[in-house]
Amino acid sequence: MKNTIADRVYDFLKKYPPFDIINKEDLVSIAENVIIVYLEKGKVLFKNDDTKHDHFYLVKEGGVVLKKNELADAEIIDICDEGDVFGLRPLITNDSYMMTAIAEEEALVYGIPIDVFKPIIEKEHNVGLYLIESFTSKTKNPFSKKFAQDFYQDSPANLKSEDLEELQTIKYSKDPICISMDDLAIKAANRMTDYKVSSLIVVDENKLPIGMVTDKDFRKKVVTGLYSSKVPVKEIMNFPVNTYKKNLTVTEAQLALVQNQSGHLVITEDGTDQTKAIGILTNHDIVVSQGNSASGLMKAIRRAKQPKELRKIRQQIAQLLKGYFFQSIPLHIITQIIHELTEAINIRAIEIALQKMPQRPPVKFAWLSLGSHGRKEQLLVTDQDNALVFEDVPEEKYESVKKYFTILSNRVNTILNKVGYEFCPADMMARNPKWCQSLTEWKTQFSHWIHNVETEDILYSSIFFDFNRTYGDKELVQELAHSIFSATDYNPMFFTLMSRSALQNPSPLGFFKQFLVEQDGEHKDLFDIKARALMPLTDMARILILSHKVKSINNTAERYEKLAELEPNNKDFYLACSYAAKSLIKFRTKHGLIHHDSGRYIKLNELTKEEKMKLKRCFKTISELQEIIKLRFKVTQLL
Amino acid sequence: MFNWFQKKKIEYPQFWIDYKSHFQEEDLKIPLKDVTFVVLDTETTGFSYEDDRMLCIGAIKAKENIIDLKSSFEIYIKQEAFNPESVEIHGLMKNHNYETVSEIDALKMFLAYVENAIIVAHHTNFDITMINKALERNGLPLLLNRTLDTAYLFKKTKAINTLLKNDRGYSLDEVCKELNIPIKDRHTAAGDAMLTAQAFLKTLARLNFKQNSTLKSLLRK
Repeated sequence: MKNTIADRVYDFLKKYPPFDIINKEDLVSIAENVIIVYLEKGKVLFKNDDTKHDHFYLVKEGGVVLKKNELADAEIIDICDEGDVFGLRPLITNDSYMMTAIAEEEALVYGIPIDVFKPIIEKEHNVGLYLIESFTSKTKNPFSKKFAQDFYQDSPANLKSEDLEELQTIKYSKDPICISMDDLAIKAANRMTDYKVSSLIVVDENKLPIGMVTDKDFRKKVVTGLYSSKVPVKEIMNFPVNTYKKNLTVTEAQLALVQNQSGHLVITEDGTDQTKAIGILTNHDIVVSQGNSASGLMKAIRRAKQPKELRKIRQQIAQLLKGYFFQSIPLHIITQIIHELTEAINIRAIEIALQKMPQRPPVKFAWLSLGSHGRKEQLLVTDQDNALVFEDVPEEKYESVKKYFTILSNRVNTILNKVGYEFCPADMMARNPKWCQSLTEWKTQFSHWIHNVETEDILYSSIFFDFNRTYGDKELVQELAHSIFSATDYNPMFFTLMSRSALQNPSPLGFFKQFLVEQDGEHKDLFDIKARALMPLTDMARILILSHKVKSINNTAERYEKLAELEPNNKDFYLACSYAAKSLIKFRTKHGLIHHDSGRYIKLNELTKEEKMKLKRCFKTISELQEIIKLRFKVTQLL
Repeated sequence: MFNWFQKKKIEYPQFWIDYKSHFQEEDLKIPLKDVTFVVLDTETTGFSYEDDRMLCIGAIKAKENIIDLKSSFEIYIKQEAFNPESVEIHGLMKNHNYETVSEIDALKMFLAYVENAIIVAHHTNFDITMINKALERNGLPLLLNRTLDTAYLFKKTKAINTLLKNDRGYSLDEVCKELNIPIKDRHTAAGDAMLTAQAFLKTLARLNFKQNSTLKSLLRK
């Protein structure tokens, strides 16, 4: 029988995930059973604590906002527009709703009946996985695996073995560090320190493993005075050694570690102690294998001796980022982890450079990261932006001190370049003598930027205002920050001019609500998400936060969250800005990961309708913000 | 003796008796949110009540603010009268490949579907008259349902202003455009019924009924 209405519903559903991967027959039966709910603006579809509905929902037209509860100032969890699914809880658990869905504007939503849909997820795993991701991204609950189990508890047979990490072979440290059994304990301790390892394999004259020494042995046996540090290691080693074959699975390794309680397993060529040791496996390797490889990378960074090792790690970080990203781990957690790792790479680069300097630094100094790294927003590899500040020195020493730090900076910049961070095209790097200055020089520089504002200076100063100490002396940096804030105090003109500069990029949407694309050059017809959307949002956050004299928050989304706290009247608006900042960064990162570039230029025809709408929503917030800035800092007088 | 003045009692078929049984007592105090509306549209061979015939009835039920797709009704009627001029409007050809039913079967199915719901259509009078003419032809009484017209209700949402000349009839296209309803499947009975249903819900919201309004307050509009 012909069903024109259901056919239209079908046409709509099949455009959006997860319905796009459901087979036609099933999708038709879903379409025939959909309910269409009309919501006038402000109408509540379900409330926190309401018992579950028989449907979950998909926005057909308009917008639905998900909040913690129905109070006007409740925290916004998500805003859904055309094609977004929400209200998934009844599909997954029997609990009441944990959030409230309100029509933000007049809306039509499709209610998808749970009883028709459930058999389909049991057949189509990808459909279920998409919904779990969607669900967890809204509940802010990263423990999606738990829900995956709930989802599929009746059908474990469907799980593929490659999904179960317990059955994967474990990775262990190859080329283990060994020591001969007759070497002295102190030599073993030194070797462990040099290689930054917590254990050594003790070998006999035939290089076969006979025992192990660990940190613990030194603590228990040597430091306590039980043995002298001059005894041969065989006196203090653990033996016999537990040897295992390679290709252990994660589960086997775990079991072995529990059984012999040593915390270390020796891997030999054939699994017996009659062949040479080829690797060592610790509890740590198991932790790493269980997906928490951020800690593994962190350790590797600290041990790295060469820029090329750091480069390799940087590439692994990119892999990790990709993994996190497509597992829908909340963005603030991803940025935090990636920032810590990036920071560690920078610190290690500075340490390596310092080791190569003929002398130790003559005075205290600090290494400053600027721009996106300073704002803790760097996810993809970008240009270097950094600077160096050193302690004030008497005039006669100045030349030599400055020379020392310029050479050091040059080395750090070169190492970072080898790691994969391109040189800054505008040479905003510490190796540039202009950006490697004493504290007093910096203070003068900032004061100049603030009091004699010129257009080019604004561009410089804006990235310098987001500085963050990566390495070196804390007090130097605090003093510099303090002097900047007191200088901005009596200078409304500074804010006006900063605002004017921030407003120079027009709103990302043109008159006909079309995306403004680049007119010419290499990126013609592409949308520049950095210049059009992220930069204005970042610049405006900086101006507002500086005007409130808030130090120490550099991250754009966090700045807006702070502003929401400082200006309760504008709370909702600032939270929308924070949301926009997060989703734009996410957007850029996603495109960067897909195209292996910085994600800055976006091809509009590659965007789905859904993505375009998400972007437009962010842009609306930006335009509103631009209006606020214009009024607040009296920019119109200048325009 | 044979009584000439006693009206001959007509025996109606069972489906009409079943339909009529839904109208025993009418409660106008029923809250609006509990009222079932059947939003419908018909496609006909033309605009003459006498010469033209229904080709299709499309309808859907709306209750509270929900349209349930399971309640959609779409029936194509086999007709001998055929007007080539109307084909251009709705594209229903006489020798189409849809499954069709006889007029009497269509009426039977429709009455079982509509029960005592409030019938809503755009320019309701036309669709109701077309159905009533078909009932008449088949020896049945007229529809008993109360009716609402979205063209009329929509006009009620407007402040009538002689300068704007907005005291006039509004076509379904105009209504959809003003209410931001994307137009799809225009000139198919089911498609138009769906558009009308959306227009009806949106219009209802704009008429600002109080929380506990009853059917009576809507019918009084």
